Amino acid sequence: MKGLAELLAEHPFFQGLKPEHLEYIATCSTNVVFKPGEYLAREGEEADRFYVIRHGTVALELFVPHRGPLVIQTVREGDVLGWSWLFEPHRWAFDARAVTLVRALAFDGACLRRKCDQDPELGYELMKRFARVIAERLKATRIQLMDVYGNAGGR
Amino acid sequence: MQPETLNHLAAGPGRTFRPLWARVLRVRRETHDTWTLTLDTGGPFAFAPGQFNMLYVPGVGEVPISISGDPTSPGPLVHTLRAVGAVTRALCSLKPGDLVGVRGPFGTPWPVDRAEGLDVVIVAGGIGLAPLRPALYYLLRRREWYGKIVLLYGARSPRDLLYRRELERWRGRFDLVVEVTVDHADPSWRGHVGVVTRLIPEVSFDPWNTLALVCGPEIMMRFTAQALLDRKVPPENLYLSLERNMQCGVGLCGHCQLGPFFVCKDGPVFAYPRVAPFLGKREV
Amino acid sequence: MNAYWLSRDRLDALLEALKRRGYRVIGPVMREGLPTLAPLERARDLPWGVEARAAPGRYEVREDAPKARAFDFVLTPQGWKRLLFPPERLLFRVRRTDLGYEVTTPDPEAEPPLALFGVRPCELRAIQIHDRVLSQGPFADEAYTARRRAAFIVVVQCTRSLETCFCASVGTGPEAREGFDLALTEVTDGFVVVSGSFKGADLLQEMDLPEATEAQQREAREAVARAARSQRRRLDPQGLRDLLYGNLESPLWQEIGERCIGCGNCTMVCPTCFCTTVEDGSDLSGREAWRIQRWDSCFSVEYAYIHGGSIRRSVASRYRQWLTHKLAGWQDQFGTLGCVGCGRCIVWCPVGIDLTEEVARFREQHAAVAAQEEQP
Repeated sequence: MKGLAELLAEHPFFQGLKPEHLEYIATCSTNVVFKPGEYLAREGEEADRFYVIRHGTVALELFVPHRGPLVIQTVREGDVLGWSWLFEPHRWAFDARAVTLVRALAFDGACLRRKCDQDPELGYELMKRFARVIAERLKATRIQLMDVYGNAGGR
Repeated sequence: MQPETLNHLAAGPGRTFRPLWARVLRVRRETHDTWTLTLDTGGPFAFAPGQFNMLYVPGVGEVPISISGDPTSPGPLVHTLRAVGAVTRALCSLKPGDLVGVRGPFGTPWPVDRAEGLDVVIVAGGIGLAPLRPALYYLLRRREWYGKIVLLYGARSPRDLLYRRELERWRGRFDLVVEVTVDHADPSWRGHVGVVTRLIPEVSFDPWNTLALVCGPEIMMRFTAQALLDRKVPPENLYLSLERNMQCGVGLCGHCQLGPFFVCKDGPVFAYPRVAPFLGKREV
Repeated sequence: MNAYWLSRDRLDALLEALKRRGYRVIGPVMREGLPTLAPLERARDLPWGVEARAAPGRYEVREDAPKARAFDFVLTPQGWKRLLFPPERLLFRVRRTDLGYEVTTPDPEAEPPLALFGVRPCELRAIQIHDRVLSQGPFADEAYTARRRAAFIVVVQCTRSLETCFCASVGTGPEAREGFDLALTEVTDGFVVVSGSFKGADLLQEMDLPEATEAQQREAREAVARAARSQRRRLDPQGLRDLLYGNLESPLWQEIGERCIGCGNCTMVCPTCFCTTVEDGSDLSGREAWRIQRWDSCFSVEYAYIHGGSIRRSVASRYRQWLTHKLAGWQDQFGTLGCVGCGRCIVWCPVGIDLTEEVARFREQHAAVAAQEEQP
């Protein structure tokens, strides 16, 4: 069976990280499973971790009074979920609900933050990777906002 | 009336601008604003996937509508259209037995001949699935000639999805990957939420050996093209179907120009490198 | 090619010969103080002694020139386009019957054939360009094709240029060498005539004209050469296509867009502009409907309408569409410039925009940018 560090090395998010960094990150992670309907994160609660989704689909939701939960985006196999652990005040900005059975790796944020503070090189590498995820998610959100399939009249 | 006599009044001068007549066989509501018309043109209607017809309602007007039936078994003519203006509303409110004017088929087809030996990635946005459906029919009919076939389909919301039952059938096939995403979900939706471009990095295909067919709103096609190029799909294997103001369908009225092209006769399907210099430019 | 001599007093015989062959003869006559293309009955209706002067945004007529010359007006305000390609026409009529819809289409073969008398060389080239656009593609405009095939064209070579003419620089004039049935050159006392088709040769034979003398032919050649030399405006076709495609996002478009009022006059007077739109109508009972085709202009906002709105909302983008289509896109689409150098768009522009000047500015700007890029 492959070690956790090897598994991580194959994931696009961690590609190119030094082996010692991968070893260390692996020690901060645990395998987790969520049943459909269970929450990986709740809005406002302490964001002490992030996830690498290995199987299944997770809905990012905001609960809107009178309208119920509104799904903003879904993330799935291969995606990274959660960056609130990186920044003060470390609180989740949305709910993350397992739509299907979800298997994921959960990374301990406090553990990683400590390590990043000690080892700025690892900190920078991780920050670059998260910045990229955030930028991509933002770009997708912008397109979504344009409502491109909308209907503005025609012939 | 016998199908053979349907167009017996149509011979004579002025063929370029004059429609032939087709009789409405079925009208099927696809979504809250989209209908599929099945038309009898008096015989099998031969066309290539990606081509369009001009549909005419006397006194109301004429609009270009892509053909969405099965090109491999020519039968009645099938069009899926959204009721967004006077002409399309008139077309969508036709009843079985009514007559509709047809000129066509016009335009360049999807290059399905080039797909042999390749993976095929089809990316559709909104009503853009309608002109791509004939390509998918064609590919599925000759399934063994191709590698992976992937259909990525994005729509505004679950209630805007076209061909839902067919999508479910396609999803059930082992030789076809179908991913559907919506921009705005409702509580009943259990699929993906997010723009269709986000599906591209995640789905498995061999970019170097992939033919990509894309149709949707122009802005969606721009981002989709970028996402496919980012995955190293060769630009010359990337095809887009463009929309412009096509009034005559035959390159005579001038309205549908994009740079040196008449979209109606040089397109609507273009290889990406031909139109790329004009796509990013504003108001071209 | 044999040149013949048509003295002024035999012009009527030429018109008669055309009419005998069944042609409806159209030519320049004076209407409301302007040389205008209309049915031409007699040679004396031609604009004898009329000279036109043109400048950006200006067209003036003087009627006090020597009465011996009929074609010194050079260009009528409106060209021949409307005769072969009318500004408005019925495409078809639909009548609901018990069997379905019955469609009737006007038959252009039923119209009398036209003889176009006094077509200038640049205008002939414009007609030849229309042939490519409307008759020689995968789909043809049958009405235009029928009308054009039946027409008889009498060119009058230019022995005078307007200030706005630049045909010499784009190679369309002041002399036409092919594509006409007859070509006349106006000299002292009459016209040197050559035929350019069997139809034309046949008609000349019937008229039994004397051959033109060497002196008459020389005078004709020199007059045409003088007209060419007198042109000051130029449009250099060299590299024009790449110049315009390469500058789609130049700030110059914006600058032109601030002067252009988007009126579309240039497209209406342009002899090659061919864009059309359609209008649908029906009677109140709904039993009868029709489609009418009308000239359209890329300067109208609805021109580039797709669902959601117009693609070209700014005037600058519409001017860019017009000019790049005319000078660049046309070359890709039809293998020729869409401009014949008649200068009508300059004359009839209310704000005097001159495409030859605008193109020159693009060249200058391009050269300046290129020079800058070469510096280390």
